[in-house]
Amino acid sequence: MFKTTKTLVAALATSTIMTAAAFAGELVINTDTSDPAPKQAFQEVIDGFKAENPDINVTWNLFDHEGYKTSIRNFLTADAPDLANWYAGNRMLPYVNAGLFEAVDDVWDENNLHDQLASAKGSMTIDGKIWGVPYTYYQWGIYYRKDIFEEQGIAVPTNWDEFKAAGETLKAAGVTPITIGTKYLWTAGGVFDYLNLRTNGYDFHMALTKGEVAWTDDRVKATMANWKELLDAGFFIENHAAYSWQEALAPMVQGEAAMYVMGNFAVAPLREAGLTDDQLGFMQFPMINPDVPMAEEAPTDTIHLTANGKNKENGKKFLAYLARADVQTQINETLGQLPINSGSSVGDDKFLKAGYEMLSNTDGGIAQFFDRDAPAEMAKAGMEGFQEFMVKPERLDKILERLEKLRQRMNK
Amino acid sequence: MQSYWKRNQQRLAPWIFLAPGIFMFCVYVIFPIFQSVSLSFYEWDGLGEKTYVGAENYIELMDDEDFYTSLKNNVIWLVLYMLAIPAGLFVALFLNQTVRGIRIYKSLFFFPFVISQVVVGLVFSWFYDPSYGLLNIFLGVFGVDPIAVLADERYVTYGIIAAGLWPQTAYCMILYLTGLNAVDPEQIEAARLDNAKGVKMLWYVILPQLKPATFIAVVVTIIGALRSFDLISIMTDGGPYGTSSVLAFYMYEQAFSEYGFRMGYGAAIAVVLFLIMMVYIAFFLFKMYRDERGGH
Repeated sequence: MFKTTKTLVAALATSTIMTAAAFAGELVINTDTSDPAPKQAFQEVIDGFKAENPDINVTWNLFDHEGYKTSIRNFLTADAPDLANWYAGNRMLPYVNAGLFEAVDDVWDENNLHDQLASAKGSMTIDGKIWGVPYTYYQWGIYYRKDIFEEQGIAVPTNWDEFKAAGETLKAAGVTPITIGTKYLWTAGGVFDYLNLRTNGYDFHMALTKGEVAWTDDRVKATMANWKELLDAGFFIENHAAYSWQEALAPMVQGEAAMYVMGNFAVAPLREAGLTDDQLGFMQFPMINPDVPMAEEAPTDTIHLTANGKNKENGKKFLAYLARADVQTQINETLGQLPINSGSSVGDDKFLKAGYEMLSNTDGGIAQFFDRDAPAEMAKAGMEGFQEFMVKPERLDKILERLEKLRQRMNK
Repeated sequence: MQSYWKRNQQRLAPWIFLAPGIFMFCVYVIFPIFQSVSLSFYEWDGLGEKTYVGAENYIELMDDEDFYTSLKNNVIWLVLYMLAIPAGLFVALFLNQTVRGIRIYKSLFFFPFVISQVVVGLVFSWFYDPSYGLLNIFLGVFGVDPIAVLADERYVTYGIIAAGLWPQTAYCMILYLTGLNAVDPEQIEAARLDNAKGVKMLWYVILPQLKPATFIAVVVTIIGALRSFDLISIMTDGGPYGTSSVLAFYMYEQAFSEYGFRMGYGAAIAVVLFLIMMVYIAFFLFKMYRDERGGH
């Protein structure tokens, strides 16, 4: 009761302000791009948009990255901007279902985006409609210490046996093969994603994260058995549950660990910590099951038109601008990430080029990430289970049963 | 009207003065309690429509391992946090002397309570750090292998409680220090004449006079134990795999965190937590009522 009245009052207040200002051409954008590079990138995009549309007055509200995750729920209902950034895949489903995002098929039709943004179309589509414009993504894979690999005479492993052998060589030399910090859980999700994608393939992985397959399925167990091989061989650093992903960078920088299953955003802090491009390399996660086409993980960031915004036309104009090849080239150059638009060019950076190469040749499908593909509740329980499994592998059956129980409750 | 006011002025005035407070208390405390209780019978993601599910949230709660882990941790917190009281008393007795610069020592001992819980959490995370932390460097001297306190389900709750005891001890110390100021010197003198000293003096003469301070110390320590949220959030985020969670943190996780937004389920946890606290609050109110009446 209370909430509805408050919402009404807020909506009324905003609509009065908005109608007064609508003639001047307003556009309100909310983003969570508070880190230096994303902030700079958005500043540039907005400046560029303003230069081309001098009659539109853009208001840009910048939110703290973590706080945004809760505030988006409030502002979409009570005081909606015209555009808001978010993530593709299952992560946007609650807002689509609640009718807070608006479909933008017309923007895609008018600007020929079905071709230009084809690679991300799948993850932007829910119920046959397209719910926003993707503007950036980045690859996941294994970042490794090239100098240590060379020192030990290890060639870049391309399959599971080579990978395990490489780990053994590293261990014999006193280097832990893989560093990871699972304090905030999601890093373990990345490892699971890759093991499952390589063991069972993209379709199975998506079915599992959507809740269509039982967690106690033998195929899941096969994935976990592969993971257990690594755990039994002591591939991961000890006490990983005590570290955040940033803290887990330290062993790699100091040469105590040689590999990190991570997203491309790890490159910047590794460079800042003093690793040169000669010391740091990128490789695709090695093949496990030769019958499964290689799928990759590449989370996509997106901008959405809100259902309660007041300046839909201007919003669509901005979306069309953001989708353009030259704009995506520029924003991703600043972000240090990959553009979605097939006409854009990739920044001159070793890791971006490697990622672009890998993703362009991916025929197995592109997953978003465990916590974006699976519904929130499942994601949390799943990643917690993975962390527990990494510490106590013997509890596997209990963990899988727990996840299965949750899946059944959620499917009810 | 005038005469009604005149006649009842004495009776009405307190209520008028209390009115703003009562109003605030109703709006921000009483009303939300009923709101939470009613919300706990619904399933709601905070955005869409609420669906009535009856006691389903509670039934699920009964079968939820994480809930029992949190409940168990809450009990451990409540019991072990009480150590702050004797520790605070000990420090207060130790500092209750007149030497040069005692004020500086007192301030230094009080210091941990002044800094934010978040900072305390960070300091202790570094202290426990398995590779570079002071604790493990110290243990290494005795040839003990490093213990990852915050990554081991066996130690994690105790590790966080130890961090919480640091500022809480300082708080109890300050309460006892002020209490010691009020101790009647004549009674001590009399006790001395009767040949009381040491532990006997403390137990039979000093402690009874510190009863009000002890009472407050118990209250703030229990409240502190139930407020453990910030330390847990900073030091472990409830981990590893939810083993250091307490009810307040679990409720936050279910209702408001990135992966949560199960408002109904969160409300159900809140109701259970409320009922547990009710037992304590009722006891507390009853005791206060009895004391004010002067009975024993």
